Amino acid sequence: MDFRDAMLDNYKEILKTYISDQTEQALYLSEKFSRKLLECKVSPEEMISLHKTSVMELEPDLPESLLLSLDILLEVMMAYGLAYREHQSLRTIQRELINEIEVAASMQQTLLGTKIPSLSFLDIGAISVPAKQMSGDYYHFVSHENGAISVAIADIIGKGIPAALCMSMIKYSMDSMPDDSQAPGDVLERLNRVVEQNVDPTMFITMFSGLYYPENHTFHYSSAGHEPGFFYNGEKGTFEELKAKGLLLGVDKKAKYNEYERKVEVGDAILLMSDGVTECRTEDGFLEVDTLIGYIEKYIELGAQDIADKVYKELEYLQDFQLRDDFTLIILKRMA
Amino acid sequence: MMDSSVKIINEWDIVAARQLGRNVAKELGFGTVDQARITTAISELARNIYLYAGQGEITIEKIENEAKKGIIIISRDAGPGISDLRKVMEDGFSTSGGLGAGLPGVKRLMDEFSIESDPRKGTLIQSVKWLR
Repeated sequence: MDFRDAMLDNYKEILKTYISDQTEQALYLSEKFSRKLLECKVSPEEMISLHKTSVMELEPDLPESLLLSLDILLEVMMAYGLAYREHQSLRTIQRELINEIEVAASMQQTLLGTKIPSLSFLDIGAISVPAKQMSGDYYHFVSHENGAISVAIADIIGKGIPAALCMSMIKYSMDSMPDDSQAPGDVLERLNRVVEQNVDPTMFITMFSGLYYPENHTFHYSSAGHEPGFFYNGEKGTFEELKAKGLLLGVDKKAKYNEYERKVEVGDAILLMSDGVTECRTEDGFLEVDTLIGYIEKYIELGAQDIADKVYKELEYLQDFQLRDDFTLIILKRMA
Repeated sequence: MMDSSVKIINEWDIVAARQLGRNVAKELGFGTVDQARITTAISELARNIYLYAGQGEITIEKIENEAKKGIIIISRDAGPGISDLRKVMEDGFSTSGGLGAGLPGVKRLMDEFSIESDPRKGTLIQSVKWLR
């Protein structure tokens, strides 16, 4: 075996150097040698055998007892060798799992994809970033035949793959919603029944559903325990919470959702978000609402998508680039 | 062809099985590292019999085909059998309890490995290592 012979020569050289004069150089070479062993997947028992062969060749007069002790060492290292091989195979499995999750994540992006409507009277921007590879946040836009625009934002309590699987179900229930049931309260009531019937009782979903009527520029909305959004009054330059009461989806199949209404003037904006925005954590604790509003205010004159992107960048920076929860922010700004 | 078996009833029989395996491996010309691998595999199989089946038998044989020579370990018991073979062949299943290499370990130490298990009849494992 060429490889073993090469390793043997290399190792003998290191041993010889060290035996003749105990230099750091030789110790450094053996460190490099051990890296090579791992690189070439040499197991500990093989290494001990290599050591024994080298010692016997270099020092033929060693006492028998010393050589025999190496047999025991070899036997003792067997379990380490097995653990080492197991580790290698687990690493392969881990890599496969990571690949699989990546495929699933990109599939989720395709599945949950929604088109942001492009309208003259309403500028819409949205950003959604998962904390892990797969997101438990979801948003959806629908342009109805009568010109109204539906917007929905949902957050699964929980993260990762289970949340992502659950989200796909919400997406398909939304897609199969008939065009005539646009009212936000109806949407939530329907989805609540779907969730209640199909989802594990330990999994809850919060959701905000809104509908924008362009003929009278009113925004109708209902909430199923979702993070309240903000209403920006462009004339006064003030922010106000979009309060709405409603039970989380999946708790009670008979839950009713009240509908609220808000008149939207030119320059006003509606901001919807998941709790990944408001519960973003910094070194000093949770993000203060005022801080968040401060960021939004700073960019409110920009286009809706720019506001969303810039606010995300600020909060990302604030959290040291470590998202703890899925982050979704939607901005609707009346232009005309 | 040589053929010999060791009955596994108590822990010391594991040593006898190892000894038998080592002798055969040495005669065949396996090096010290391979000898250690073969005996570790024998230990693992014998210990499984001792721990889970109560009793059984380890048979060690020399085998030969056109191209090469090798050693085969056959482990036979009439114990409760293994209901989920996939599970026991999974890494981390048996080792998590600190019980040893487990069957995946045996599979890695040897070149060939096969297992048959029936809850009524017990378990038969055959594993081969070829001389290179």
